[in-house]
Amino acid sequence: MEFFQGFLNMSGASFAQHMVNGVSLGSLYALIAIGYTMVYGILLMINFAHGDIVMMACYFAYFGITIFHVPWYFTFIGVIVATALLGAIIERMAYRPLRDAPKNSVLISAIGASFLLENLANYLFSGRPMSFPDIPLFSQNIAIGSIKIQAISMVIPVVTIISLLVLLHIVNHTKTGMAMRAVSKDYEIARVMGINIDNVISMTFIIGSALAAIGAIMWGIRYPGITPYLGVMPGLKCFIAAVIGGIGNIKGAVLGGFILGLGEILIVAFFPDLSGYRDAFAFIVLIIILFYRPTGILGERTTEKV
Amino acid sequence: MKKMMSVILASALAVGLLTGCGGDTKKDDAKSNVIKIGVFLPLTGDNAAGGELELRGIKLANKLHPEVLGKKVELVIADNKSDKAEAASVAARLIERDKVKVLLGSYGSSLSMAAGNIVKNSKVPAIGTSCTNPQVTANNDFYFRACFIDPFQGTVMANYAFKNGARKVAIIQEVSNDYAVGLAKFFKDAFIKLAGPDSIIEVANYQTGDKDFSAILTNIKAMHPDAIFAPGNFTESALLIKQARQLGIKAPFLGGDTWETQEFINVGGADVEGVAFSTAFDREKATTAEAKKFLDEYVKEYKGEPSALSALAYDAYLIAIDGIKRANSTDSVKIRDAIATTKDMEGVTGKTTLDKNGDPIKGAVIKTVRDGKFKYIDFVDVK
Repeated sequence: MEFFQGFLNMSGASFAQHMVNGVSLGSLYALIAIGYTMVYGILLMINFAHGDIVMMACYFAYFGITIFHVPWYFTFIGVIVATALLGAIIERMAYRPLRDAPKNSVLISAIGASFLLENLANYLFSGRPMSFPDIPLFSQNIAIGSIKIQAISMVIPVVTIISLLVLLHIVNHTKTGMAMRAVSKDYEIARVMGINIDNVISMTFIIGSALAAIGAIMWGIRYPGITPYLGVMPGLKCFIAAVIGGIGNIKGAVLGGFILGLGEILIVAFFPDLSGYRDAFAFIVLIIILFYRPTGILGERTTEKV
Repeated sequence: MKKMMSVILASALAVGLLTGCGGDTKKDDAKSNVIKIGVFLPLTGDNAAGGELELRGIKLANKLHPEVLGKKVELVIADNKSDKAEAASVAARLIERDKVKVLLGSYGSSLSMAAGNIVKNSKVPAIGTSCTNPQVTANNDFYFRACFIDPFQGTVMANYAFKNGARKVAIIQEVSNDYAVGLAKFFKDAFIKLAGPDSIIEVANYQTGDKDFSAILTNIKAMHPDAIFAPGNFTESALLIKQARQLGIKAPFLGGDTWETQEFINVGGADVEGVAFSTAFDREKATTAEAKKFLDEYVKEYKGEPSALSALAYDAYLIAIDGIKRANSTDSVKIRDAIATTKDMEGVTGKTTLDKNGDPIKGAVIKTVRDGKFKYIDFVDVK
C-alpha cells in the first residue's frame, strides 16, 4: 500500500504540474530524437556523435552571447549555421571515407567522432561548467493558477512541432527529399540513377545538425549548465526515444520522445521511492517495447538488423 | 618580406628549442636533491572546478614553502578525471612510477576512497584535501585529511536548520555520490534528534549528471517543507535550486562544502541567493599568521577571493611538510608516523591537530550567497 502512496496523495494541481513538466521534457527529447532518426532513416547508420553536436552547439551559443555579446536572435542563427557546418565537416571527415565500408566500421567511426568532440571540448573549454546565457524572455516564469511554467517550456513543444512539419515537408515534397528517400531505399541504385549521393548525404547531416542546434538552444535555456559531457545522456535518451518510436521514422521519434519524457516524470510522480531509478525506466521501456514490436511503435517491419 | 618572416620564425623556433633543452638539463641536475609530493585531483570532468581551486592552494603553498630538510619539494600533479577508476590508477602511478613520498588529494570522498587501498598497501601517507566522508580515513592508517568530517558537518547544518525554525525538512541527495549520501545521513540523524522522528518528511534521490529535477521537486512542493537539505555536486545542485524556484518553492536550501565554487553562482544565478552551507574557511575567521600570508599571496597570484577548497589544499601541503620535517627523513613510513602525531600545526584554516583516525578537530563556517558573492554568516566550533 505504501508503494502507491504517491499516487493516492497527489492533488490535481500537482498532477497538472507533473504533466507540464513531462510535456516539456518529452518535447525536448523529441526534438533531439528527430535528428537521430533522420540520419538513420537515410543512411541506416546511427550517428553517435549527435549528442556531442548538441553539446558543441551549446558552447557556440555561450561564446556568441556571453563572450562576444552578440544579441541572442543573431547568435541563435549563427549557432544553427555553425553547427550545421560542423555536422557537414564530421560527415566529410569521419563518414564519407567509409561510404563503401561495412556498416560496423561507420558505427565505430561515429563513436570515435563522439569521443573526439568530447575530448576536444574538454581541452578547449576546460571541464569547468559554464552557464548557458540567460535570456529573460525565455527563462521567465508564467503562473497559471498554482501551476508554474517556464516560458521556454511552452516554446519547446511549438518548436518541436514546427521542426517536425518542416522536416516532413522537406522529405516528402521537395526534390532533395525525394533524393534522400531514394538514397535511403537503395543508394547503389540511386547512384546509378544519377543522384549525387555525396551531396544528398551532406544535406542530411546539415539538416540533422541544424536540428541538433535547435535542440541544444532549447536544452541550454531549460538546463543552463554546459559541460563537455553534456551531450552524453541526452544523446543516449534521445537515441532510445528514436528506437522506441521506430528508428528511421520521423513521427515515431516525436512519439518516442514524448513517451520517454512523460514516462520519466510520471514514474517519479507516482512512485517517489523510485526517484533514483529514473534512468532505468528509459531502458526498461525500451526493452518492453522492443520485445513486442522489434521495429519500434511506428517502424516498418523489416528483416534488416543493425 | 616573405624571407624576413621565415628568418623571424626560424629564430623563434631556435630560441624555443634552446630554452626547452635548458629546462631539461636543470631538472636532471637537481634530481638527487628533490623530494617529490604527488597531487591527484579532478582537473577535468564533473568536479574539475573544485580540483582546480585545490590545485591553486597546493601550488601557492609550494611557492611559499618550497623546501624541506634542505631539499626542494617537487609537485607531481596528476588528473584523476573525476572518475573513481582513474583515481585509483593515477594514485598507483604516482606512487610506483614517480616514487612520491606523500600523496595529496583528492577533492571528493569517492575519489579519495578509490585510492585508499593503494596508499595503505604501498605504505605511502596520503593527506585528503576536502574529502569529508568518514570512510576515507577509517581503518586506514595511511590516510589523513585537512578538512572536517561529515558527521560534524551534518550536525552543524541540522543545528542551523533547527535554530532558524525549520521543523519539517526534505532531503534531496545525489545518490551516486558517497559524499552526498553520507552527509544526508548524518544530517538526518542529527535533525531527528532535535526535532523528532517525523521531522524528515522526504528523502529523494537523483543521479550524478541529471539535469531535470522537476518531478521530485513537484512532489516535494506538495509536502510544504520548511527547508530542503540538498548535498551534492555544485552543478547539479545549482540546476536543482533553479528549478525549485521556477516551480515556486520558497523554502530555503541548505547544503555542504561542495557548493563553494564560482560555478555554483554562475549556473544558479539569482536563484541561489540565500542558500546556506557549511565550509571550512572564511576571511572573517582567518586569524593565524599563515592565513594572512595566504590571503595576501592568493589575491596577488590569482586575483579574487580564495575559497575554502584552496585553503584546505594549502593546509594539506603544510601538514605534509610539517610531517617530513619532524620525521627528519624521506622514508614514507617515518613520515606517516610523524603526520599521525600532528599537533597544533598552524595553517590557514586554524591550528590542526589530528585525532587517532587521522581527522582534524576543527570548526565549521556557515556561508550564504548574497549579491552574487559568498558571505559569512556564522562560525561553529567543535564542542
